[in-house]
Amino acid sequence: MSDVKKFMFVNRKAPHGTIYALESLEVVLITAAFDQDVSLAFVDDGVFQLKKGQQTKGIETKNFSTTYRALEGYDIEKLYVEKESMEARGLTEDDLLVDVTVLSSKEMGALMDEQDVVLSF
Amino acid sequence: MLHIINKSPLSNSSFNDCLRVMDKGEILLIEDAVIAATKGCALEAKTREALGRFKIHVLMPDLEARGMADRVIDGVSTVDYGGFVDLVAANKNCQSWL
Amino acid sequence: MPNIEVNGKSYETDEEGYLINLADWNMDVAQYIAQTENLNMTDNHWEVINFLREYYDEYQIAPAVRVLTKAIGKKFGPEKGSSQYLYELFPYGPGKQACKIAGLPKPTGCI
Repeated sequence: MSDVKKFMFVNRKAPHGTIYALESLEVVLITAAFDQDVSLAFVDDGVFQLKKGQQTKGIETKNFSTTYRALEGYDIEKLYVEKESMEARGLTEDDLLVDVTVLSSKEMGALMDEQDVVLSF
Repeated sequence: MLHIINKSPLSNSSFNDCLRVMDKGEILLIEDAVIAATKGCALEAKTREALGRFKIHVLMPDLEARGMADRVIDGVSTVDYGGFVDLVAANKNCQSWL
Repeated sequence: MPNIEVNGKSYETDEEGYLINLADWNMDVAQYIAQTENLNMTDNHWEVINFLREYYDEYQIAPAVRVLTKAIGKKFGPEKGSSQYLYELFPYGPGKQACKIAGLPKPTGCI
């Protein structure tokens, strides 16, 4: 199908401190209805969005981290994490609550380059 | 691909993050990011180095607003709002490094 | 803020009749909302309602209709995993109407 475009959502902000992560997730869920080629990139502090064990009771906000686990049911299975960002934050793949593909900076850059539309959050 | 950066490179990592992840393309510096295009800024060496890999542009009205229009690093091109639009139109895709 | 009255207790809802507080939900409230929607709750209705609540509990969102249909089919058998089946149970939409009865917010992206 020629009308399928490659959409990438680039997430570079930690969750909870700002609204970016949640807004991105909502747009991703809506985009899923349009049968496009959707991928999610987690770069810089955006990697924290996928950290296991988030507990938001104390800050009285919605714990949307479990929603990333629902993405598979929405046929969104291309999740990429930049290795350098993950390691700089003392995290490993085992710390993440979903299966991801870990890419080097350069691989991530190349993947961004080939998208039709990049949406940054 | 066009990369738009709007935060000061001295207080926000977006400029550095873009340079780390991408290895080619065009960069447009706007708003507080314009200081990355100026001589004497602590980031000058980094910007000069990046000129080897990227075409770098800076938005003139934002430089002027900050009184920095007289010290643009050689090799960085200045654009007006029309030039901003042309850059977006000429590139296949673009990303704002928020 | 509008309220509904069930068994002498008052529950806050939004303008469209969705419960404001998820924790307010109970089967009597569900039964009441279903009545206002002219729905007669059967075991098949409850199956979907309970599934929606479990889904929300696990993922913190109400699933899109397409996702719900697929998941219902997987759990309760392919004959139930069709939008026709779900629309027969909930004529105003398995997303909109069932979520209201389940005490959940409208699904993200639901219009």
